[in-house]
Amino acid sequence: MSEKKPKRRDFLFTASYAVGAVGIGAAVWPLIDQMNPDASVKALASTEVDISGVEVGQSITVLWRGKPVFIRRRTNEEIAKAKDVKLEDLPHPESDEDRAKNPEWLVMLGVCTHLGCVPLGDKGEYGGWFCPCHGSHYDTSGRIRKGPAPTNMEVPKYEFVNSNIIKIG
Amino acid sequence: MSDHEYTPKSKFGKWFNDRLPLLSLANHLTDYPTPKNLNYWWTFGGILTFCLITQIVTGLILAMHYIAHADMAFESVEHIMRNVNYGWLIRYVHANGASMFFLAVYIHIFRSLYYGSYKSPREIIWILGMIIYLLMMMAAFMGYVLPWGQMSFWGATVITNLFSAIPLVGESIVTWLWGGYSVDNPTLTRFFSLHYLIPFLILGLVVLHIWALHVPGNNNPIGIDLKKPSKDTVPFHPYIVIKDLFALLLFLIIFAFFVFFSPNILGHADNYIEANPLVTPAHIVPEWYLLPFYAILRSVPDKLLGVIAMFSAIFVLVILPWLDTSKVRSAVFRPLYKQFYWILFADVIILGYVGAMPAEGLYLLVARVATAYYFLHFLVILPILGSKEKTLDIPLSLTEPVLGGSPNEALVRNKKEI
Repeated sequence: MSEKKPKRRDFLFTASYAVGAVGIGAAVWPLIDQMNPDASVKALASTEVDISGVEVGQSITVLWRGKPVFIRRRTNEEIAKAKDVKLEDLPHPESDEDRAKNPEWLVMLGVCTHLGCVPLGDKGEYGGWFCPCHGSHYDTSGRIRKGPAPTNMEVPKYEFVNSNIIKIG
Repeated sequence: MSDHEYTPKSKFGKWFNDRLPLLSLANHLTDYPTPKNLNYWWTFGGILTFCLITQIVTGLILAMHYIAHADMAFESVEHIMRNVNYGWLIRYVHANGASMFFLAVYIHIFRSLYYGSYKSPREIIWILGMIIYLLMMMAAFMGYVLPWGQMSFWGATVITNLFSAIPLVGESIVTWLWGGYSVDNPTLTRFFSLHYLIPFLILGLVVLHIWALHVPGNNNPIGIDLKKPSKDTVPFHPYIVIKDLFALLLFLIIFAFFVFFSPNILGHADNYIEANPLVTPAHIVPEWYLLPFYAILRSVPDKLLGVIAMFSAIFVLVILPWLDTSKVRSAVFRPLYKQFYWILFADVIILGYVGAMPAEGLYLLVARVATAYYFLHFLVILPILGSKEKTLDIPLSLTEPVLGGSPNEALVRNKKEI
């Protein structure tokens, strides 16, 4: 028996192990998947926000899916500052036009992409946001400029229902 | 070990012991030969057992009054503090008990580092201990989330977000951990469930830890192998039991000081503000016992690398028995290691200090240097020290350093390499 030739029994063993593994996997999956967002959490998918009271230079923060969303009506200087930046200077290159469809309104998740804190507005070296937890600086377009955060603050899916109402989600 | 020779005196005892050898186990535990030179640093095993039992008992009681729901958790904790009979006492013992637990475990770990208790043949004891330590950190973190204050909420957010650093699947893992798109009620209820589970896992591992300890027996301050039982050992009961109890009494004085005179000094005032997902506290800091790791996390400017550095800081401890190549266990006979040991000790204290400070300017620089040194100690200094260090002569028995070596013993030593 120097050379091992697979026998019919080996085939049976392998096939049984494979079927057994699939069976155990199928049994364990519900135990793992129950921890994912449930139907009631997923149902809170969109929020409508009235922005008629927001003046130029003002920000409001609304809650969407348990996370804060910053809605900022930017000043002309802020818009100009955001557009002036060369894409090569950005750790996560995104143009301001791609982030703010309507340049006056910047809508983004107020969640630092480092470890999830809420950055403070009108702070930091780039005139945008500053995260007090671990010192990430964001510019007036919410793009990461300095600090440990890897990416820009996320822009959620949103649309202008009319000139006064934004629908997030 | 003399288990097998033991026969219970009474007829019933013998009948029972033949069917379930509990009496043999009790006999093994009381007669268990321990080195007679164990100092007070060896009493923390017993103190830690006490801490674990205290946390389980007080935790069990708190769970009778606590409500694990995002809308009610904060109020139920205040209810425990104000309305439940002795609720304030039980909660303060549980909250400060966690700190005392970590204080004891750090002393226990540094004891091992000084006297080389992690070295062959005790590697498994050490690894089990490290798993217990890891579970302790998880239990402490999840327990801190339960009161649902501002620090609870934002601590949970920051720590769970560590997993988002994992490439590709990170975000899905975080959503899975949360059970939603942010830390919320589903997160709280699962943390409560796991916080309840982990202490019992720790209890099981403690049994294995002690079992593994009873195979080679205790290390000792001299760090040499002993014949057991012999003139170098004493039975665990009453000698070690009394010594452990006395040390526990002293420990309880410190414990009681915190519980009765400054029960909130180790916590954060922010946690008396209910969780608010819209506002992050200006200065997020973990509990003191996690600060050194937090400092390591923050000292690396890259998200993924920072997380890797933090977990590596724990992992280098797990593989320590193979990083320290020196055959000599105790630092008493290792003049160079003894110095590096104290530098490491200072390094960890410094890391803890800068971990509590804002991550900027000089603090950040110090944190980076201290982080680099931490890894240097384990990955470079210890392996080199094993071959380069000239260690002192090791006594052949515990009595030798006291009574002076006889010429015979010197002869034996010269022949035999130790």
